[in-house]
Amino acid sequence: MAPDQPELVEDLLDGKHRALARAITKIENRSPGYREVVSALYPHTGGADVIGITGSPGSGKSTLVDKLAKQYRDQGLTVGVIAVDPSSPFTGGAVLGDRIRMASTATDMDVFFRSMSARGSLGGLSTATADAVKALDAFGKDKVIIETVGAGQNEVDIVKTADTVAVLVPPSSGDDVQMLKAGILEIGDVFVVNKADLEGANRTVTELRNMLDLRDGEEGDWDPEIAETVAESGEGVPDLLETFDDHTTWLDESGRREEKRHTRYAEELRNLLREDASELLEAELEARGGIDELVARIDAGETTPYELADDVVEPVRDALADD
Amino acid sequence: MSEESQQNIRCLVAKVGLDGHDRGAHVITRAFRDAGFEVIYSGLHKAPEEIVQAAVQEDVDVLGISILSGAHNTLVPKIMEGLEEYDAFEDTLVIVGGIIPDEDREGLEEAGVDAIFGPGTPMEETIEFIEDNAPQRD
Repeated sequence: MAPDQPELVEDLLDGKHRALARAITKIENRSPGYREVVSALYPHTGGADVIGITGSPGSGKSTLVDKLAKQYRDQGLTVGVIAVDPSSPFTGGAVLGDRIRMASTATDMDVFFRSMSARGSLGGLSTATADAVKALDAFGKDKVIIETVGAGQNEVDIVKTADTVAVLVPPSSGDDVQMLKAGILEIGDVFVVNKADLEGANRTVTELRNMLDLRDGEEGDWDPEIAETVAESGEGVPDLLETFDDHTTWLDESGRREEKRHTRYAEELRNLLREDASELLEAELEARGGIDELVARIDAGETTPYELADDVVEPVRDALADD
Repeated sequence: MSEESQQNIRCLVAKVGLDGHDRGAHVITRAFRDAGFEVIYSGLHKAPEEIVQAAVQEDVDVLGISILSGAHNTLVPKIMEGLEEYDAFEDTLVIVGGIIPDEDREGLEEAGVDAIFGPGTPMEETIEFIEDNAPQRD
């Protein structure tokens, strides 16, 4: 173990719940030192299967997550859950309500459930979520579930960090075009028609099947599965779990797991660089008297945003060109 | 280099024990959200262990326990012990809302409750107290 490893990381690896919770807070807040923490956790990750669950509000995600967690626990596996809820763009406040549904595993500390708010700013949500998943992974969780509302690019990005992605579709949600627009069809490995006891479930399965058949898959691609569940009663959940396992096996056998991981690392590196660069430029803006000062010159018709941007970035460009 | 830090006050609004009245808890949840807090609501009829589990895992700055059943003298200390067990006692601000007779206040404060807000407390007062006293996370 590295001697300069943060104490928080040591405690986390020792299995202390408090340290895990604190590490996730640090990651979420982007507190000073969070990068050292994530970096120290890195070598301990890779053991968990990460499952992303998304779907429209009210499609039953939280209830399904509760049942999945229970089932995994019955198999003797430990579970981490990250549930992402939207926050108010006006106050930054949020009500994180997914926890209420976690009734089946209440008081079981081997299910670590964490609510996260989509704190609008910076668009670093998928990075924060991915880092939080790493904390759970390094802690030793066998399965990590990410749950998020399937609306918007942010959520799609989050869920893409998972190894296996399940998209929940309520019966009779009908409108095919809407789903295609959301780009949801492309990211699902498993489509779950939840509330399958409701009217219209069969039609939804058929529609989904038709739409999935139109996907241009490549040879050797995973053929998306359609599962039917009634999360409320737990019906179909064991089958769904089996499908997840099938997908995991396929990932390993086809070599796609490595491929996915590679893509993820690349994405992560890009995000970090983007974050760093924008921070450097923020500092530069401050040094030049703040953005309003500069914009005042545009207001006065003296210059354009393009010229200014060029001007601000110039020293960075020069420095990089020197290398 | 300064890293951009984004911090919100996180708060668990908890209903513990058998009392089934959660109108107050709902109102508080919404008021906290509007004050810019991130609020996790426990739902009704939670056992002290569940509250502890949620408070620890969610790493909340503030635990607000709403209790109207009169069982606060047994339930609240249980929650405090649980927080202690997971090293979460020291830096969690614990407030209790509901009907607490005067003679029970001292006991709860001794158990570690930081403040008790009875019926009719203006929402701003509670929010201000939290803003002033929520622990600073590093």
